[in-house]
Order: sequence, then structure tokens, then C-alpha cells
Amino acid sequence: MDASSYVLECVDLRRELPAHPPKIPAKLLLDKVSFSVARGEVLAVVGPSGAGKSTLLRLLNRLDEPTKGTVFFHGKDYREVPPGELRRHIGMVMQRAFLFPGTIADNVRFGPKQHGIDLTNEAVADLLAQVGLAGFGNRQASTLSGGEAQRVAITRALANEPEMLLLDEPTSALDDAAKSGIESLLESLIRQRHLTCVWVTHDAAQARRMADKVLMLEAGRVTAHGDARELLHA
Amino acid sequence: MLSHFFPSQLSLGIAECIAAALIALLAMVLARRRGVDMLGELPLAQVRGIVQIVAVGAILAFLLRGPQWTSLIVLSAMMLAAATIVRGRAKNIPRAFTLALFSIFVGAGSVLAIMIVLGVIPLRVSMLVPVGSMVIASTMNMQSIFLDRFRGEITSHVGEIESALALGATPDVATIPYLRAAYKASLIPSIDNVRSLGIVWIPGIMAGMVLSGASPIYAALYQFVVISTIFSAAAITCLTASYLVTARVFTAQQQLLIRN
Repeated sequence: MDASSYVLECVDLRRELPAHPPKIPAKLLLDKVSFSVARGEVLAVVGPSGAGKSTLLRLLNRLDEPTKGTVFFHGKDYREVPPGELRRHIGMVMQRAFLFPGTIADNVRFGPKQHGIDLTNEAVADLLAQVGLAGFGNRQASTLSGGEAQRVAITRALANEPEMLLLDEPTSALDDAAKSGIESLLESLIRQRHLTCVWVTHDAAQARRMADKVLMLEAGRVTAHGDARELLHA
Repeated sequence: MLSHFFPSQLSLGIAECIAAALIALLAMVLARRRGVDMLGELPLAQVRGIVQIVAVGAILAFLLRGPQWTSLIVLSAMMLAAATIVRGRAKNIPRAFTLALFSIFVGAGSVLAIMIVLGVIPLRVSMLVPVGSMVIASTMNMQSIFLDRFRGEITSHVGEIESALALGATPDVATIPYLRAAYKASLIPSIDNVRSLGIVWIPGIMAGMVLSGASPIYAALYQFVVISTIFSAAAITCLTASYLVTARVFTAQQQLLIRN
């Protein structure tokens, strides 16, 4: 496969927390992490707690800075792209929704507004309908259930029309009913929009259901990388 | 009663200090019975306080006879001390000393300069140093509240701030609700001071002017001027800090530095 056909390439990523002598020693969170994600691919990042999964995800949209190594986005070193522009193209959904105060429509409009785009009422309503929240535009964000709030967080990320979506355990804070709803919503959105995804999960069954490829992390290092069905056989 | 036993001014002053310190210690003894044990800290703080204020008294006695420019040295030293204290309060905020010093310089310096040019504050060491010290102390207190609250707001809204950044927002946009909350919180005590003027407290300048024979109405009006000056300086200081502090808590790559 031609190098530029990868949406994302991570090269020798290392993330180390600096020491603060005398009390706090340096802490290695990630080391020698290299992998690529092809267009339209869903890559699951799995591993035990503390393996560095969320740390890795935060490096991909540059919410955090690698101590060593870099990431190429469409073949270009992402350090050459302004952070705001990069994050517009690489959306993120976190474990919790963290909605902003105001209405649901305010939340959906937030991302595009940062890039000079004012979404019309119709565009907001259309986006909300796609995630099963038709008619929710004028509701206050504080009135939503956990599952509804996570749907808004997904809509908020999609409103920027990203090429790629980073999902940081988006269902782990939800009850079983909301979890399966969000999972099937994400599955249909990924298919409809041909989204490239990196999906962090501690749930191997979820990774098997959702992902094409899997990256296994342990103590900050890659222990396996390959086809999801081969690596995560039941 | 004490003046009966201590005829000289110096011995009377020392006796009054001891009486006041003992009352404070008694209050802390009572507080210990409620499980709040600050008794160990108080004597040291009292000794430190009395040494500092007596030293300042001695320096003032010397300076009041000196040329005008000495007030600049005294006020500059006060600004440095105030910025050092603010830095201690603004834990985790990188380069807080320069932030605090620059903000105090802009806030206190600009307002004092305007009041001097207007002739409201006479350019005399005996007037400039006491009024200037009140202005600088207020900028220090308000900025400490502002930075402490700002840090608290940021660390309790990391998820919201990083969600905004992840959508492409700049640090200024991502933090503006928390800056506003911190700025409002820092203004509240000063607005309450203006509101309660004359009812809850009669500040020192007015009391001193009345005692030295000035008209009570003029003393009252002048006290309002001083309190307003103090408020304006503190408000401008925090406003300046609000423009500078965001850059201190983010990297050039728009990554949040203080997360807990």
C-alpha cells in the first residue's frame, strides 16, 4: 500500500512524564509505538488499564505532545499543521460527553463556529435526526441522560465533518441499554460516512464486533498489531 | 488603663501590642477546643508581623524626610513583595511571578499615575506611600483570589476544556467561561467593600483625617476616592492578568498544562 494512502501513520511514538526531583521520578507512558491506519479502517486499541491507550489517543489529535517520534496525517508531519485545523479533521469523542452549558443546538454549532461556519437550523436538525435526537435542538444540555448526552457529543464531533474519529471508550460510562444503542449508532455512522476510526476499548468483544484491525498495548508498548478477527478470536 | 502604668509612648505601645497578641492567642486557644489547632502558627506569625511593621515604621520615618523619588523605590519594593506573595498562591501556574508583577504594575501603576496627574493624590512621600501601599495590597489580594479561582475552575473543567480544544477551539475560547467566573469571584470582595463603605466599616484614612481636624464630609468624600482608586487598580490588575494567564496554562501547541 502506498504510504500516502494511509490517513494516519505513527512513527516511534514515546510519551514520558518528566521527573520532578526529588519526589516524582520520570514515568514512561508509551514507548516505540508505530502503526498506520488506512482510509475507512476501524482500528481498535485494546489493553489493560494503565496500558497507555488513552495517552496514545491524546497524541493523535495533539491534545498531548509526544516526547519522541511523530504522526503523519495524510503523509504530512502533523507538527506542520495548526492544532485547531488538525483537530477539525480528527474528531474526538471522550468517555464522558462533557457538554457545554446551553442548548443542544449550541453544542452542535460549537465546532463549525470555530472555523467560521454558522450551521443553519436545518443542518443542526438534520444532524440530530441522524443520531436519533430529532427535535432535541432547543433542549438544555443539562437535562439529558448519559446516553443522550453521548449522542450529542458524537453529533458535535461529526458537525465538523472530520475525516477521522478518535473514540476514547465512548460506551464505558453508560448502562447496558445505552451502550448497545451508542455502539450501533457508531457502527451505522462509520459505514455511512466511511469514517476512519481509532477506537480505544477495554472490551475485547466490542473490539471484535467493531474493528477491522487491532493494536494491543501493554505497559506502553505494542504487543500485537493485526487483523481483529485473528487476534481477538473467541 | 494601660496608660496609667506605662507613661512613655514606647512602653505603652509595647504593652498594647502584648495585650492585643494575648487576645488573639486566647481566641486560638478557644478555637482548639473546637478541633481547629492553629495555636502553633500564630505566635510565629505575630512575631513576624510585628517585626515587619516596626521595620516599615522605621523606614517610613526615615523616608518621610527624604526626596520624592524615594516613594518610587518603596512602591516598587512593595510591588515585588506583592508579586512574590501572589506567586505563592498561584500554584501550578507557570511563570506566575512575572504575570503577577506585570499585572500589578499595569493596574496599580496606571491608576496611581492618573490620580497623581489629576492632583487627587498629592505627590508627597507621606501621602503617596500609604495610599500606594493600600492600592498595591488590594491588587495583590484580588489577583490571588483571581488566580486561585482560575486554577480551580480549570482543573475542575478539564473535560469541557479539552472537548472544546478537540473541536478546534483556541485556548482563549475554551477557557473564557472559567476566566469570567474567576474574574467575577475576585471582584466580589472589593465591590462589597465599596457597598459597605461607612456602614460596616470606616476605613483608616477617613478616621485619620477626621482625627487630625479635617471636615468629616471632605474626609468621607476623599475616602470614597481612595476606595474607588483601590477598586479600579485591582480590577485593572485582574483584567490584565486575565489576558496573560491563558497563555501560561497552555503550550504553544494549544495543549492544556494544568490538569490536576
